[in-house]
Amino acid sequence: MSFDATNSSKSFKSVGTRPLRPDGVDKVTGRARYGADFNMPGQLVARVLRSKHAHAKIKSIDTSRAETVKGVKAVVTAADLPDLTDGDPALFAVLDNCMARNKAMYDGHAIAAVAAIDEKAAKAALKLIAVDYEILPHVTDVDAATLPDAPVLNEAIFTQGVEPKSTRPSNIANRTEFGHGDVDVGFSHADSVVERSYKTEQTHQGYIEPHACVANCNPDGTAELWVCTQGHFVYRQVCADLLGIEVSKLRVTSSEIGGGFGGKTHVWTEPVALALSRKANRPVKLVMSRDEVFRASGPTSATSIDVKIGANKDGIITAATATLRYTSGPYADMWAELGAMTSFACYDLENVKTVGLEVIVNRPKVAAYRAPSAPMAAFAVESAIDELAQKIGMNPVDFRIQNVASEGTQSSYGPIYGPIGIGPTLEAAKAHPHMSAPLGKNQGRGMACGFWFNFGGQTCTDLNISADGTVTIAVGTVDVGGSRASLSLIAAEELGLSYDNIKAVVADTSTLGYNDMTDGSRGTFSTSMATISAARNAIEIMRHRAALMWDIPLGDVYWEDGHAHAAGTKHGNLAPLSVKDIAAEAGKTGGPIAGHSELVADGAGVSFATHICDIDVDPETGSSRVVRYTVIQDAGKAVHPSYVEGQYQGGAAQGIGWALNEEYIYGEDGRLQNPGFLDYRIPVCSDLPMIDTQILEIPNPKHPYGVRGVGETSIVPPLAAIANAVSNAVGVRMTHIPVSPPRILAALTDAKD
Amino acid sequence: MSSIAVATIINDDKVEFLCQPDETLLDILRNRLGLMGTKEGCGTGDCGACSTIMDGRVVCSCLVLGAEAQGRTIETIEGMANGSKLHPLQRKFIEHAALQCGICTPGFLMAAKALLEVNPNPTETQIRFWLAGNLCRCTGYDKIVRAVQDAAAEIRGETT
Ligand code: FES
Ligand code: FES
Repeated sequence: MSFDATNSSKSFKSVGTRPLRPDGVDKVTGRARYGADFNMPGQLVARVLRSKHAHAKIKSIDTSRAETVKGVKAVVTAADLPDLTDGDPALFAVLDNCMARNKAMYDGHAIAAVAAIDEKAAKAALKLIAVDYEILPHVTDVDAATLPDAPVLNEAIFTQGVEPKSTRPSNIANRTEFGHGDVDVGFSHADSVVERSYKTEQTHQGYIEPHACVANCNPDGTAELWVCTQGHFVYRQVCADLLGIEVSKLRVTSSEIGGGFGGKTHVWTEPVALALSRKANRPVKLVMSRDEVFRASGPTSATSIDVKIGANKDGIITAATATLRYTSGPYADMWAELGAMTSFACYDLENVKTVGLEVIVNRPKVAAYRAPSAPMAAFAVESAIDELAQKIGMNPVDFRIQNVASEGTQSSYGPIYGPIGIGPTLEAAKAHPHMSAPLGKNQGRGMACGFWFNFGGQTCTDLNISADGTVTIAVGTVDVGGSRASLSLIAAEELGLSYDNIKAVVADTSTLGYNDMTDGSRGTFSTSMATISAARNAIEIMRHRAALMWDIPLGDVYWEDGHAHAAGTKHGNLAPLSVKDIAAEAGKTGGPIAGHSELVADGAGVSFATHICDIDVDPETGSSRVVRYTVIQDAGKAVHPSYVEGQYQGGAAQGIGWALNEEYIYGEDGRLQNPGFLDYRIPVCSDLPMIDTQILEIPNPKHPYGVRGVGETSIVPPLAAIANAVSNAVGVRMTHIPVSPPRILAALTDAKD
Repeated sequence: MSSIAVATIINDDKVEFLCQPDETLLDILRNRLGLMGTKEGCGTGDCGACSTIMDGRVVCSCLVLGAEAQGRTIETIEGMANGSKLHPLQRKFIEHAALQCGICTPGFLMAAKALLEVNPNPTETQIRFWLAGNLCRCTGYDKIVRAVQDAAAEIRGETT
């Protein structure tokens, strides 16, 4: 059945309310089962041996002594995961990353793994695995890796996207370019120009639940995987490909997920657990330690970015350029490309050019982290925008409004915008009492804007009407932050039922069609679209059933407020039939009633936000504190406003941590020095103030209810907002994130000298 | 190594278990007693996901040895509700949307319960510092602090 996704601008009964989430009681009583909370009979415990070298050739691995340890049931190395990737570089990167094949590419790279009856035996066995390494020169810094004397980390990587084709291997895996107009001409019309270089350090998503799975390979060729993931269908595909299992024979169940933020969209250890289970012929549980999470699951990129922006006397930006270098770990990816696309997305520019360079380094394989790559680009651009506003004597909010993108603008990455929310968020920021509140001594205020694309993608949903008229929806996107509540609201809205009549469950890979990863802020956007479509299909069936029950033509039955109605008066006083009435008769009118939907959710509306923050800096110590923070973001339509606010606040808090504190610190030896929450310090409760939110609703024309994704954009502005606030507080431009106390102190000292 | 026999009270029940000298209370709760509501986020005392209450004090159960539980009284998340009646903190956490993924929630609830037992009327700052040992990566803490404030008010009889 064809589905019309156009926004119908209807008024809502359920959508926009704040009911209790359906998984709440499970989660406050400890009953909810996360990745590590599941066991199988006869299950073994797995541990992974990881490289302590940043870069080393693996000359040989001897596991014979480990195999003799009592209680050890299987030891695997790369030899147990033969290369079935058939020339697919992305899949090969997953394979090589989950078990190093020829070289250890970073501190923490997996070398071998053991499954044993208990942790003690597994750990004893790990100690007995002998690896003969040939240590190779390493490089972990983004700029150092691009220098001519840097060690080339992968001889097979030649820079893609350059003309003429490069003939020498390089640590720059690819070059991408975006923009339009002529920037040279644009700069020639500028009265003021700001040109600066910025750096940001690598951070981790920092989900509190480490990666965990239970794998079970059966001798009959079927297999099961219980795992905390943002996309069990994608995990199924990747694991089946790497293990050589038929896709339909691998059943993947997603556990409750204890945070992901993009980090659980990538496969890290699951093929290893499956390989161990296959070899030991027993179920295997593999849970990463926190140290492993930091060293061996994907952080975000470290970056180095050059920005140049020019404006004329009237405050019009005449040209803007950026060159963005993003680390991607040992394998080529597209992080710099995303940075280059997002850099100037908030503005309406006549002449703009961005270049992204993907840099290979001896650090863990980079993974998505909430609006991946956008926060660093926004930090650099929004810092320069602020400085330029100052230079031409304009207020930073007015300068942004002057240059803001709006409907019809050609974005810096290509497409023409539809109705978008950046202008309204800026106007709301300008009018917000926060903007004009007085500041104390040593305090500074900063603001910044942010953009994220949002994704849609392949989505499948089932909606089943029970005999009592209540409804189950089976969805294939994982509930990372309350989506079962919002999807139940959507189903209630479309069917005209109450929220309490709907039960949403996340289905496993064997009971529902394929769904893309829960990423790109697509969970509620795309699955709500599929849910609406499934509900409309079910309503169609219920109209048929009502027509049968009444024995009148289908064309005379219409659906309204959760009831079938007989049109007009010609059929006498037929009382409307409720879902419950129709469901009760289903056995006699054609059997169970269900609506299905399979679709590609196109039309994810782009998302924008503006943040304002006040920072208090102690000039003696360089320590700083966020004293007030305001998030203003367009949600399209907030389905469950509490959880929309939660996304705004959570993203802001992660951004604050990134801006002020968090960073991967590597030693000269290329080893990560702070793989734990003590030394990699994420914001704690006493670090933060309340985080004020303002939800704007500029409907997405391509969603029936106007919904846009809301999950990611909130992490984009904080780096810049905070850097601007600190710069304003101390009177020195901060160009290196995090603006940790030592960096602030150094900037203050430099300024004095 | 031979096992050690330990007798404790957990959630008002007499519980006896055998443990290895190097096993933590967290391991015991999760792996030997099936009390998996207590979570492991780090195993090093830095995240608070494993918070339990031992003799009235919040402890990181990953830093307590199983053998140290001998003769102690331990409360875990599984014992917080009174039958099907949620503790006001549990209810307020749901009402205020103070959890997103919920992995940190058992630890926060344990820590907040211990706070309200010693200080029924904490200020926002006191709540923030008391809960500073519990990491939440999803919420930015705003709604958690509000839920604790609201639960405290209800327990004091100021709201319903
Ligand atoms: S698991 Fe005990 S503090 Fe993190
Ligand atoms: S709700 Fe996810 S860590 Fe707190």
